[in-house]
Amino acid sequence: MRHIMAESRAPTDGIRDYLAVQEQKSLLRFLTCGSVDDGKSTLIGRLLSDTKQIFEDQLAALERDSRKHGTTGDDVDFALLVDGLEAEREQGITIDVAYRFFATPKRKFIVADTPGHEQYTRNMATGASTADLAIVLIDARQGVLRQTRRHSIIASLLGIRHIVLAVNKIDLVGFDRAVFERITEDYRQFSHKLGFETIVPIPMSARYGDNVTSRSDKTEWYSGPTLIEHLETVSVDEAVVELPFRFPVQYVNRPNLDFRGFAGTIASGSISPGDEVVVAKSGKSSHVRRIVSHGGDLSQAVAGQAITLVLDDEVEVSRGNMLVSPSARPQVADQFAANIVWFNEHALLPGRSYILRTETDQTGATVTDLKYRVNVNDFAHEAAKSLEMNEVGICNISTRAPIAFDTFAENRSTGAFILIDRITNATVGAGMILHSLRRAENIHWQSLDVGKHGRADMKNQRPAVFWFTGLSGSGKSTIANLFEKKLFATGRHTYILDGDNVRHGLNRDLGFTDVDRVENIRRVAEVARLMADAGLIVIVSFISPFSAERRMARELMADGEFIEVFVDTPFEECARRDPKGLYARALNGEIKNFTGVDSPYETPEKPEIHLKTLGKSAEEMVEALELWLDERDIADNQYDSGGGI
Amino acid sequence: MNIALTHLQRLEAESIHIFREVAATFAKPVMLYSVGKDSSVLMHLAMKAFYPAKPPFPFLNVDTTWKFREMIAFRDQMAQKLGFDLLVHVNEDGVRDNINPFDHGSNTHTHVMKTVALRQALDKYGFDAAFGGARRDEEKSRAKERIFSFRNAQHTWDPKNQRPEMWKIFNTRIATGESIRVFPLSNWTELDIWQYILQEDIPIVPLYFAKQRPVVERDGMLILKDDDRMQLRVGETVENRLVRFRTLGCYPLTGAIESDADTLEAIVGEMLTARTSERQGRLIDRDEAGSMEKKKREGYF
Repeated sequence: MRHIMAESRAPTDGIRDYLAVQEQKSLLRFLTCGSVDDGKSTLIGRLLSDTKQIFEDQLAALERDSRKHGTTGDDVDFALLVDGLEAEREQGITIDVAYRFFATPKRKFIVADTPGHEQYTRNMATGASTADLAIVLIDARQGVLRQTRRHSIIASLLGIRHIVLAVNKIDLVGFDRAVFERITEDYRQFSHKLGFETIVPIPMSARYGDNVTSRSDKTEWYSGPTLIEHLETVSVDEAVVELPFRFPVQYVNRPNLDFRGFAGTIASGSISPGDEVVVAKSGKSSHVRRIVSHGGDLSQAVAGQAITLVLDDEVEVSRGNMLVSPSARPQVADQFAANIVWFNEHALLPGRSYILRTETDQTGATVTDLKYRVNVNDFAHEAAKSLEMNEVGICNISTRAPIAFDTFAENRSTGAFILIDRITNATVGAGMILHSLRRAENIHWQSLDVGKHGRADMKNQRPAVFWFTGLSGSGKSTIANLFEKKLFATGRHTYILDGDNVRHGLNRDLGFTDVDRVENIRRVAEVARLMADAGLIVIVSFISPFSAERRMARELMADGEFIEVFVDTPFEECARRDPKGLYARALNGEIKNFTGVDSPYETPEKPEIHLKTLGKSAEEMVEALELWLDERDIADNQYDSGGGI
Repeated sequence: MNIALTHLQRLEAESIHIFREVAATFAKPVMLYSVGKDSSVLMHLAMKAFYPAKPPFPFLNVDTTWKFREMIAFRDQMAQKLGFDLLVHVNEDGVRDNINPFDHGSNTHTHVMKTVALRQALDKYGFDAAFGGARRDEEKSRAKERIFSFRNAQHTWDPKNQRPEMWKIFNTRIATGESIRVFPLSNWTELDIWQYILQEDIPIVPLYFAKQRPVVERDGMLILKDDDRMQLRVGETVENRLVRFRTLGCYPLTGAIESDADTLEAIVGEMLTARTSERQGRLIDRDEAGSMEKKKREGYF
């Protein structure tokens, strides 16, 4: 390869003028989506190539790669330009979203090229979340497919209001107008409920460039714009500057005692010094004193700017809270309804606790009610007990602490959240808030005069929850019984919640699927919490196979109040003992979802007490429990003195 | 009153948002400072994000011992001028084994002195988040990478299993030993970088400007003879030519271009008529197909 001499020295005088013009260009972010093999990557390659974004060395590499991996015979395979991962090029498919950049004399563009395969839907959603327009590709030979519908629904859910319907590979159907019109009609019929403001159908061939950047002479029956003409002129402005002021506080900047600035990005509206703002969660009011920036204080800042605000008063504001317009405030609630798109191979389970994260806030959250799943083919609402990967559902959500939000329809920044798995930290779902639930607004915690401390002191003890977990037949109930007797004998006020017994009453409506197991534990944990609040020492004896739910139970209790007791008896030993004859039946296939047989048991990683029962008697196990208690200074009974139980 | 943000204002705001997000959610962040133009922009944005405070994290320079001398001088000068906390790390094992680009080739040299060195430094200080200046328009595998890019405890990247990254809501949760690489310049293009340098008057290493420099033509590239460690091969001569650099790295691996662009305006003007991508001047990308992805999976930035 020869070294390169810049072709000619560009005139420098005009550069600043030229750049000033460039700088005033608007920006359009869009994505390409549609089913696999509809030609998404080829279209982007074509756009980059026709707008001169591909350099000589890149073209040389592309020609090399086309010969090696290409699927277009002797022609350059533009898909290889964007499918950047080795696995993608080997398999000839797009796995992950890629971002590409190009500009025309009128606009700058950021394109998200998203995968068509159903298993990579989450990557498509990633691309859609920051886009204002979607190009939905359709193979003219195939028409509207399941994946076309799925992507359109997800685009709609994620707030995209502008669609280009690219009827691609029109050359392969002889540039037939009837095919184009039939597909257009099919798509309009399907999508009329999706709330798109514009749908612009364009017949094109990404491979040969028809109607992409230049008008095709083979589709004289088509009088609409080429793709690039439309992209250059479509108006997608949502006027977020006109919306009420929202400023999610991201970071409190406190370099010294004299400066306290609230840093964040304005989600909507505008702000000037002197304006009144209200702290969303507390309702406290203050005024903006300064808008601090590196280049000097600003007289105004608008949506999209990352700024630092200094207020007049020492109001309490921290990350996760919001500074807002006093006349139009966001909602503050701990229960709301939302659309959820699920990303993870482990299904969404109602009752399981996840981390909910908004732009700056974070709290624990559970889906209290999965109202229905949306069928992406016909929008039918289907009853569902869980949401599998790539499914969409409408859920009621309950958060541990109230969050400040708007509906997603009102504000794409303050109405969105993600859900994170508590153990793996994977991003498992994305949510768009529909509305708060009335019950959250109307039911407030009653502040009671007699408190937990008082009730516990009267019993001369500190409340605690001993959570026994282990396989069926491991000895949980036997040890728990004996333990309670010992505590009772020393004057403690106790209660045992036993798995089998609770299933006869409170939880008689629940079965043994994963969904029901999660709900089973949630209810018991809540009951245990109420009992601890009543001042009791609670002994819970449940298989409780999932670490997520045990963790949820732990987090419900006050610090140090939850004591996880792992009754560790090997599977073989439990199956040998088989006190209720259940293992024999489960191993015969007569009982489904039996823990340890065809349903998993997740071993506790750090239990407070680990009882290895093999070769030991129940009495020895209880002695171990008592020893653990002794080491924690059992003499200190009273709350105020801290320490043991 | 015009309240629509310009393209650069939008990019700047996005980058500042990312900086603050990391500072608010990670225990021990660090900024990788490579001294190049992207690093200069990154540093400028970091200063803006936390003004009037200083960035609440140190700057780490991984010194391969083969960087241009002017880069090292510029690095020390900036640290002094801006008063940031500069950490310099060298892979002493590599120095002991005299790993160098001439004898071991770009692949081995880059792996030992850059990728391994970086992993050593991250482990040594226990950083849980590291800012880098990579842009998505640079290279195909980078175009696929998230802004918050997860690394396991071995610092490796799994491109097939990236966390979905929705809106501006970043999942910053990691377990002990894991870390996140963060790329605030993900959505900037090379032209954006130069425009911003021009607009904000950001200092950059003089090597970007055309000047008469002693170069050797080798393997189709113009290599600056930066010190005596570079031995001439038979038939090679050192010539003074008017050259500059579009990217900076280890001097034996970075080709100069002939150019008379000696001002920022001229550089931008030249860029607008350029017909090759900036990575063309880097030897490491041509070693093998998919070489950047492979390096990234191993922990390269």
